Amino acid sequence: MKLEAGKLSKYLTGGAIWGFIVLELVFFSIAGEFFSVSEKAFMDVDNMLLLLKQSAPIGIIAMGMTIVMVNGNIDLSVGAIYAICAIVLLDSMTWTMFAGLGNWVIPVAWCLALLTGVVLGAINGLIVWKTGVDAFIVTLGSMLGYRGLVFMYNGEQPTSHLNWTLVDFAEAQFLGFHTATWFLIVVTAVIWFVMTRTVHGRNAYAIGNNREAAVNAGIRVGPHMMINFMIIGFLAALSAVVFYSESGSVNPNDGQLYELWVITAVVLGGTKLTGGAGSIISTFGGVVAIQLLRKGLSHIGADTSTVNLVIGLILIAVLFLDRQLNVKGKEELNV
Amino acid sequence: MTVQTPVLRLKDIVKTFPGVRALDGVSLSILPGEVHALMGENGAGKSTLMKVLGGIHQPDEGQIIVDEEPVVMAGPLDAKAKGIVFIHQELSLADELSVAENIYLGELPRKRFGLVDWQQLEAKTNAILSKLKVGFDAATRVGDLSIANQQMVEIARALTVDAKAVVFDEPTASLTDAEKVVLFEVIADLQSQGVGIAYISHRMEEIFKITDRISVLRDGQYQGTVNTVDVNEESVTQMMIGRKLDLTRNEQRHEIGEVALEVRDLSCGDLYRDVSFEVRRGEVLGFYGLVGAGRTEIAETLFGLRTPSSGSILIDGEEVRINSPHDAIERRISLVPEDRKAQGLVLGMNCRDNMTLPQIADLKSGPFVAESAELEIFDEYREKLDIRTPGWKQTVGNLSGGNQQKIVIGKWLSMRPDVLIVDEPTRGIDVGSKAEIHNLLRELAAQGYAVIVISSEMPEVLHVADRIVAMYSGQIMRTFTSEEVTEENLISAISGLRLDQAV
Repeated sequence: MKLEAGKLSKYLTGGAIWGFIVLELVFFSIAGEFFSVSEKAFMDVDNMLLLLKQSAPIGIIAMGMTIVMVNGNIDLSVGAIYAICAIVLLDSMTWTMFAGLGNWVIPVAWCLALLTGVVLGAINGLIVWKTGVDAFIVTLGSMLGYRGLVFMYNGEQPTSHLNWTLVDFAEAQFLGFHTATWFLIVVTAVIWFVMTRTVHGRNAYAIGNNREAAVNAGIRVGPHMMINFMIIGFLAALSAVVFYSESGSVNPNDGQLYELWVITAVVLGGTKLTGGAGSIISTFGGVVAIQLLRKGLSHIGADTSTVNLVIGLILIAVLFLDRQLNVKGKEELNV
Repeated sequence: MTVQTPVLRLKDIVKTFPGVRALDGVSLSILPGEVHALMGENGAGKSTLMKVLGGIHQPDEGQIIVDEEPVVMAGPLDAKAKGIVFIHQELSLADELSVAENIYLGELPRKRFGLVDWQQLEAKTNAILSKLKVGFDAATRVGDLSIANQQMVEIARALTVDAKAVVFDEPTASLTDAEKVVLFEVIADLQSQGVGIAYISHRMEEIFKITDRISVLRDGQYQGTVNTVDVNEESVTQMMIGRKLDLTRNEQRHEIGEVALEVRDLSCGDLYRDVSFEVRRGEVLGFYGLVGAGRTEIAETLFGLRTPSSGSILIDGEEVRINSPHDAIERRISLVPEDRKAQGLVLGMNCRDNMTLPQIADLKSGPFVAESAELEIFDEYREKLDIRTPGWKQTVGNLSGGNQQKIVIGKWLSMRPDVLIVDEPTRGIDVGSKAEIHNLLRELAAQGYAVIVISSEMPEVLHVADRIVAMYSGQIMRTFTSEEVTEENLISAISGLRLDQAV
């Protein structure tokens, strides 16, 4: 009866993202035959490996966003944190006090950048915890504030520093996957374990699902949420570290709209904006799906504005489908 | 007596969901001017039947007949248009709007250009409100009203159409005794106007007080209709559950031990003042009083959700400060809250995870949650409390009220508390599970727990408590032992009469 209907919708919504990915692959492979300017097939191995690499910056942050959103919060400041951490990474390597370190400056710069991410996330979390203001508002404010810091640092000028050892590391391929891809895989695995196997993950779902019941179960909700903001801050920094180790130059506008891409990926993966439900593996699917779409559309010759339009439409279509399936499963009333 | 034409008749209704026959040939007829109780345990099919009647579900077989005319209910609005209105247990009002706007929501009277005709709206609303004899007017903001008055707004909304039959679904669940009296007057008034009333409730006292006939459902099957005067609680219960039930006062007594928790002159702003009591191991202490008397607030203070303004709390003779539920749990105090869905359970989580939620931090192997230990706990309490669920993976939101409550109780028992506070243990739970939970609370005391039971139902406190604290308006009026207590002196105490004033 109801149970089966619910199961079916759960299966469909849970598996929907993977079905969507297969659909994209098939579509772009066929469409590519007719429209593509390139000789190569879309599903070329190198192309797919590159796709994973390009998914990494958004994907790494999306894992953190999944925890925060399951928790019932949201973090709009990740793009700005990303930019600040990139600047800290590149600029700190040129600081005179680290001049004698040689290539040991690399781990130092990494740690500084990651620490910056954690601290900025902690500030968000602390404000959300202590003031009780909605995370959307708090991080909207910090998004503007942190971006302000980026511009204060170097004005409109890019911050650049290329360290060739670092570039070699970032461009390396191990078992075919690029360094960035490995980071994405490891982060996905770790966060998946956190969410499914640890106390922290269990509490995240409980708080997102029913905060009052979680408080009544003795869970310290405030510190818990702060830790999640620190995790997403760390991951925004890690994403910057991975990307800028290779590129070596940050524009003050870098990372803008990242928060929206990340949220899009997470939502495509089925995480509820209201909290309490969501899966890391599906978020991974959402990240890949978006990157496939961007890459696929450019493969068949569409320009960036078309890509954005299509992704926007697909996001709404997917959420509509998800809702339809859920409404059927739960026999909700029509609104 | 002449044979009356029923205002509403349901004939051989069958409704199946894949795998389940939710309604299996149910018939029911409601006469004009009668109050017809519909009873059955949770899951017996009452709500499905009402959904069929309200047009939310379409029946697979059978007919709905209004005034001798077979009809098809296309949806809730259609049902209302045909004169069948529902007063739901859960209120659906917009707090920020006025009473008048709520009553005519979606059908506000209009002037030219689609502007709202406020004068007409107010006049029409006040006409209805005066019929209900309520103490508020059309302009009152709904959010400022008490729950009981909000329910009156729902009833007023039902009366905007020419209602032939009104269905009340657990209308008294959140009402105080005084508010119930007003509700019953309104029902009697409707009755005298020839409206047929279907009344769904778990509360036997009410059923016997106000209904004319009782129809019983069990497992989707119609068990029959009886005249209320011809039956008693026992026989109705038997019809509902198909077996006998022991509802008498529990006289079994056992060893009372040391004082586990003592409260001295505790106050919390205007909520309650100078409250002192103690609860011993092996004892059930009942808190009885009207809604708003401060009982729940005391429980919340003991559980660290409120900070007292003065006074002290002693555990095993030692003064303690409890600043959060986390502290309370460390002091081995547990609270089964009043509203299990909003405060007690994570409805989207499975049974096992809900049960172990407060203690997973202690159930670790390495960095991970030890799921095998969790399962052991779940299985242990599933068996002890006889929790009926297809398995631990079942989402708690899909269980019946009684089983949900057992999950909450199991959650706290598995923490092995010294003091177990249970706020409204059987609210919205069917009779069968109710008796089980009462026996369970007695049993827990026998095992040496100190149990505090807060209840608005007198039979419940009389049945489970060894001593009863009567509260009125934030103060303790008197503490009764089970030998002293009678229904009369308990009622006078919670109505604010001092002992010397009481009869």
